[in-house]
Amino acid sequence: MIHSSSDFWYRFKKDTLALSGCTIVICLFIISLLAPFISPYDPTEIDAGNVLAPPSSAHFFGTDDLGRDVFSRVLMGTGISLKVGFFAVGISAVIGILLGALAGYYGKWVDAIIMRFVDTMLCFPSFFLIITLIALFEPSIWIIMIVIGATNWMGVARLIRAEFLSLKQRDFVLAARASGARDLRIIFAHILPNALAPVLVYATLGIASAILIESSLSFLGIGVQPPTPSWGNILTGGKDNIEIAWWLSLFPGMAILITVLGYNLLGEGIRDSLDPRLR
Amino acid sequence: MNKQPLLEVIHLQKSYSASAGLFSGAALMARAVDDVSFLLEEGITLGLVGESGCGKTTVARLILNLEEPDSGTVTFRGRNIYELRGVARKNFRKQVQIIFQDPYSSLNPRKKIGTIIGEPLRIHNIVPRKDIEDRVIELMELVGLQREHFNRYPHEFSSGQRQRVGIARALSLGPQVIIADEPVSALDVSIQAQIINLLQDLQKQMDLTYLFISHDLRIVRYISHRIIVMYLGKIVESALSEELFNHPLHPYTEALLSAAPTTDPVYHKKRIILSGDLPSPLNPPRGCIFSSRCPIMKPAICLLNNPPFEEKSAEHWAACYLR
Repeated sequence: MIHSSSDFWYRFKKDTLALSGCTIVICLFIISLLAPFISPYDPTEIDAGNVLAPPSSAHFFGTDDLGRDVFSRVLMGTGISLKVGFFAVGISAVIGILLGALAGYYGKWVDAIIMRFVDTMLCFPSFFLIITLIALFEPSIWIIMIVIGATNWMGVARLIRAEFLSLKQRDFVLAARASGARDLRIIFAHILPNALAPVLVYATLGIASAILIESSLSFLGIGVQPPTPSWGNILTGGKDNIEIAWWLSLFPGMAILITVLGYNLLGEGIRDSLDPRLR
Repeated sequence: MNKQPLLEVIHLQKSYSASAGLFSGAALMARAVDDVSFLLEEGITLGLVGESGCGKTTVARLILNLEEPDSGTVTFRGRNIYELRGVARKNFRKQVQIIFQDPYSSLNPRKKIGTIIGEPLRIHNIVPRKDIEDRVIELMELVGLQREHFNRYPHEFSSGQRQRVGIARALSLGPQVIIADEPVSALDVSIQAQIINLLQDLQKQMDLTYLFISHDLRIVRYISHRIIVMYLGKIVESALSEELFNHPLHPYTEALLSAAPTTDPVYHKKRIILSGDLPSPLNPPRGCIFSSRCPIMKPAICLLNNPPFEEKSAEHWAACYLR
């Protein structure tokens, strides 16, 4: 429970790891916005005379098996990864918040039905569920976002439900009911704003895992389709040439690592600063 | 004191199940409120006294229709409040308001003071939008807050000021009845007096009727015209304030009175110390509900049935076989 936002900022500013996570995430945003302007080559431009060239001053990260500049491709992949992370988590947050709020606020049979549905969803190994769903559709970045979002909302639903269960007993909620507020007003104006802090943490960590899932899918060839660059499908090219072209695997791999690390540090920093007792 | 009853509580009963698991068999029922009846007359303050866990707060919630009773009714101006729908229900909400015990939990930490006090006005649409702010500031000044507080958040206030905010919110709709559920027990003693005086001033100014719930007998005595004593979900004694203090009938009331500190250093009354804790409402004692802790209990009489709640002398009711 935050008692004031100044407490939060005070603790957050003293948390070096959280600040470095925050810096990484901000840098990634800037890179993704600037990518079209700062990438030295067109990421899809094929140069048959310069295949699998090692890193040099002309090609910082070398070139891939079609002679495309890996540095430009990694830069352009940043935007895709961030987009997938944000939209997927946005979708899962909306689904999770709505279902969790209904379950927690109304309780009884509404709660029973929704939470059994959550349990059922949790029973599926989510990665195979995602692969199955994607197999049904033409793979595109939007389908990937929706599918990742639609298979990862259960944690948010549980968090929000738990928050609602305790918050709906609080006197300010009773006061709102006593003054005649309707359920929708109580849910969205009174309880939800107080229940969002843990979701913020969960969402930040969720972005990291959504980016990982997208990379895995693209690596397997069912995510972002070439020639559009994504860290995952650059890695696929790297796998085929790992013995002769280490740069094809190392640089996109590092990009994924740094991004996921950045979001995890930021998420954990937010969590610790929101509630130091959780530390 | 012969005013007509504004609010009438009739044989109210409410139980909670203690185990409502999916596969559990018969659930244990805890009777939080057991056959409670009383009248709230216009313009008076009715004190409701009892230990924690005796069902005081449940009575408050039932009267506000925040929960529905298992049986029994509450009527407000002659109409059953649980059957009100639509406009009538909204009107009831305007007439009966509550002040909570915990000034920390009763204010939404994410809303500004002005928004909190003005919210009932917006819900009921009784003041034009553009006048809401003026009305809120008027209410804030009425309860002793300054207009600069309008845009502050609850965490910037002391508990006494927060309780004033809670009072302003309760007053915003211009209610007739205010249920004060332990409004001062979470406050420092010095602040308690301020809030009690505020409540009394407001009562005179606005002709309010209070149901004042507390476990603190000194305060209840100071503010109430009539006092009801509850034990384990039942009313055990009811009398006018002075009568109750001067001639308590029920042994539980006697014990409560003897526990309250006096200001007279010379006067030492005999302290009655009750043995044991409040019995679990899941498993109430047989016979008289107070029999397990009663200092004057006579097994032949008290363990058979629960004594009826009857008028022992004029306007003085109690549930005890021995008095």
